[in-house]
Amino acid sequence: MSLFFIVALPFLGALLPGLMNSAGRSATAGVTFTVTLAAFVGLLTNLPAVLAGNVVMARVDWMPLLGLNFSLMLDGLGFFFALLILGIGLLIIAYARHYLSRDDNMGQFFTYLLLFQGAMVGIVMSDNILLLLVFWELTSLSSFLLIGYWKHLPEGRQGARMALTVTGMGGLAMIGGMLMLGQIVGSYDLSVILQNRELIQADPLYVPALVLILLGAFTKSAQFPFHFWLPHAMAAPTPVSAYLHSATMVKAGIFLMARMWPVLSGTPEWFMIVTTAGLITMVLGAVIALFKHDLKALLAFSTVSHLGLITMLLGTGTAFGAMAAVFHILNHATFKAALFMSAGIIDHEAHTRDIRRLGGLRRLMPITFVIASLAALSMAGIPLLNGFLSKEMMLEEAYHTVLFGSPLLVPVLATVGSLFSAAYCFRLIGHVFFGPVRDDYPAKPHDPNTGLWLPPALLVVLVVAIGVAPFLAEPFVKLVTASVLGDAAAVPTAYFKIWHGLVPALYMSLIAIAGGLLMLALFKPALFVWDKAPRPEAKVIFEAIVEAVAKLARAVIHATHNGAFSRYAAIALVVMVAVGYHAWSTGTVGPDTRTVQYAPPVFIAAWLMLATATAGLVILHRNRLLSLILIGIVGLMVSIGFVFFSAPDLAMTQFTVEVVTIILLLLALNFLPKTTPVESTVLRRVRDTGVAVLGGLATFALSFHYLLRDAVSTPISEFHLANSYKGGGGTNVVNVILVDFRGFDTYGEIIVLGIAALLIYAMTETLLDGPVRARLLNRKPDQARSGNKHPMMMVVLTRVIMPVVLMVGFYIFLRGHNEPGGGFIAGLIVSIGVVMQYMASGFGWASARLRYPYHGVIGAGVLIAGLTGIGSWFFGKPFLTSDFTYVRIPPFEKFELATAALFDLGVFLAVVGAVMLSLESFSRLARLAGYHDSDEPMDIDPLRDDTIAAGHAAAEKKGV
Amino acid sequence: MIAAADLLNIALMVTFVTLALGQILSMVRLVIGPTPADRILALDTMVINALGLVVLLGIYQGVQIYFEVALLIAMLGFVSTVALARFILRGDIIE
Repeated sequence: MSLFFIVALPFLGALLPGLMNSAGRSATAGVTFTVTLAAFVGLLTNLPAVLAGNVVMARVDWMPLLGLNFSLMLDGLGFFFALLILGIGLLIIAYARHYLSRDDNMGQFFTYLLLFQGAMVGIVMSDNILLLLVFWELTSLSSFLLIGYWKHLPEGRQGARMALTVTGMGGLAMIGGMLMLGQIVGSYDLSVILQNRELIQADPLYVPALVLILLGAFTKSAQFPFHFWLPHAMAAPTPVSAYLHSATMVKAGIFLMARMWPVLSGTPEWFMIVTTAGLITMVLGAVIALFKHDLKALLAFSTVSHLGLITMLLGTGTAFGAMAAVFHILNHATFKAALFMSAGIIDHEAHTRDIRRLGGLRRLMPITFVIASLAALSMAGIPLLNGFLSKEMMLEEAYHTVLFGSPLLVPVLATVGSLFSAAYCFRLIGHVFFGPVRDDYPAKPHDPNTGLWLPPALLVVLVVAIGVAPFLAEPFVKLVTASVLGDAAAVPTAYFKIWHGLVPALYMSLIAIAGGLLMLALFKPALFVWDKAPRPEAKVIFEAIVEAVAKLARAVIHATHNGAFSRYAAIALVVMVAVGYHAWSTGTVGPDTRTVQYAPPVFIAAWLMLATATAGLVILHRNRLLSLILIGIVGLMVSIGFVFFSAPDLAMTQFTVEVVTIILLLLALNFLPKTTPVESTVLRRVRDTGVAVLGGLATFALSFHYLLRDAVSTPISEFHLANSYKGGGGTNVVNVILVDFRGFDTYGEIIVLGIAALLIYAMTETLLDGPVRARLLNRKPDQARSGNKHPMMMVVLTRVIMPVVLMVGFYIFLRGHNEPGGGFIAGLIVSIGVVMQYMASGFGWASARLRYPYHGVIGAGVLIAGLTGIGSWFFGKPFLTSDFTYVRIPPFEKFELATAALFDLGVFLAVVGAVMLSLESFSRLARLAGYHDSDEPMDIDPLRDDTIAAGHAAAEKKGV
Repeated sequence: MIAAADLLNIALMVTFVTLALGQILSMVRLVIGPTPADRILALDTMVINALGLVVLLGIYQGVQIYFEVALLIAMLGFVSTVALARFILRGDIIE
């Protein structure tokens, strides 16, 4: 199966569980299982190629200019991880079906799980490091959803937030590191990067890139000092913990280190950072784990410890260390997933995970006892189980590792780590399953049904099989090791054996096991000492840091972003004027190239009117109706100004927009006080006046300055003028720019317009549903109202003019490509024509005759415009490539057909829909209680005999 | 004897000035009011005068491209006036 399908399947399948939710829990789990199984089988179809040592590749260009391509590769390492992710995923899905209770939303759970699974598979198969980063962030996000799945638990939410913060910050650092790596090599393709070991390690950016990438890996894999998030993530449901912390999420960091091993490892920096972090994590995790009473917390810290172990092995930079790491990844995934599931079973059946409340479960839960004990013994490193083999290899490697010049440091610490590791495993078995049967369990423990114990049992079969017959796993582990090592080193020839003879590693192992048993015997005094010892609480520190950063951010934001628009405007204006003045005073100013022109008296008159209206607006702005009238004058004068400067397109747009604006503002003014109250102090008004005058003068100075000079470089309008007819087939440059040259911008704009209209609709609709409804309905008009709601004169006039308006709209639309006009203006004209009908005969009458909802009109417009753009794909051209041709149908003259016209139709529909939807939404708010929508177009109609009677009846009904 | 073109030019100038004067006087009415109805009427008059100015400009420059602007103003110019008037009469312009 193509690699694309394997990665895409979980993402596509993520849609299914939500849909299947109502079909029942088994169906939901079943469909999730099927999707994962399909991906798993698809992965296995690539097994022969991987076994033959080939690298399976699949590639689609995404954004080649940025170096970001959707290229996937599958080699031994990727296959190994994908196998773990999908294989253990299957077991987890089966387990979760039985683990989740009826109150849990299973569809949601499995959707999150599949998203996470897809992101993980994406990470391990990415060939492009930018693509890898995308999937990396996706795992952070989807694991956030999974960890916080029990939204009602504060621990769940806090744990999820902490995991997201830590791994997200790490991801951010890693983006920086990966970009540096790409800069060094000149390619973001992993297959290229992995070939350039010398180049990368010789580059001065190597150390920063290494540190940043390791930050990403360490946060994800919970290495010291970022280990603290992992135990808090245990608030998740157990299947999530078992999945995230055995085979997937935390292994992503390990995977990355293994993936980058050939190019990053082998230097002193790598060795120091990675080995030290791994060693500290291993010992620290093991020590803390021993003293945890919560089963899952114990397992969480043991995971931290084992991740440290693997990191340390990768840090040594030797081929043997890498092989031991790969082997331990496999072994850890099997026994840890089994252990988490067993802990889940105990929690599920005994209703507690507190080790102090358990004990004696050996007799009550024999099956769980066998599973958990075998897995725990393997983790402790007992022979004949797989954990023993990789632990021996680890100790062997540690024995040869010299850190900070001391040959003893690593071996001793590794032995101490193993000792505590053995101790907590023994404690898990001894304190949970052995001892006397108690009579105070929160619930009566018994073995669960098959669905819960079978998945961990299958894993334990693997644990034992590999432990007894290590040669079974050997070829596979060596294959994976070969792809980890790449060209950097040869695969070690050492065989996997249970008995290596009396080597130092065996003695270290024996010390660890004996010491572990001793620790268990001395557990009570040790716990006493542990509880007395002071130690820093990671969660408290973390929250203090987060709180401090948030406080700082608040302080910065609140100083400038306090919600007062006048403040924003003042700050922005002063800054702009200051920057502009700086540019003017420090830059070079060219000489005037144009002379001041003579101003005809008509221009001066128009200018005077504009100035008077604006000044009047400033003085009279508290009277809102008057300001509207003055705004009308300003708009009119600006439109006329556009005409005088030979821009009829702009004039038409300005004029129609003015009309719509006045209508919209009048609709809104109906609900508002008719005067603006005085709210600010005199001082503040003086300050604002100063800022406003400053801004006005600066704008004047800037325009004056530019009007006297030619542009420094050739303006883009030259290009537009030259190419409008040649490239776009239209002589109206403005329209060709809108629908062709910058068609993509226009497309975005009509979408924004549609969204704005829908938001107005949504907000007014919410008002009509909420408590405001009663107030709106029973609002008393604040002014005297005339009796005739729908005057005959107006009705007749608007009916007569309607076809004319539509005709003009059609005409303006069609001629738009070559002469002033176009879809936008036509849309406004038609909207005004329809609004006139609303005003004349009322909302009820007009709505009753509405055949298409305005939402649909907006949608149709956006769709038509989008499909026009997509159409060019079928001719192998980029989105929105336009074409035009001339056709001649006999009785008519030759005329032009352009795809841009189709696009313009989309613009037209979107504008009509958006304008009408916003106006309609506002007028819906104005419905009053007791108002009866009449089905007649006008109140007084001489054609009706009953007009007078009806009028009387209506008057009586109202109680007038 | 005055040539036809000159006559047209003189007529145009006179009309331009008359219309501009009309605009200014409407503006005065708009400022002094006193009722909103006076002001709305002033706005309406200004719209009509503006229509005249646009047509005159087209004749003066001898081009047709201003025709559509004039058409739009003629056709839709009254809508704002009507809306404002309805607002004064009923408060709600669409009911």
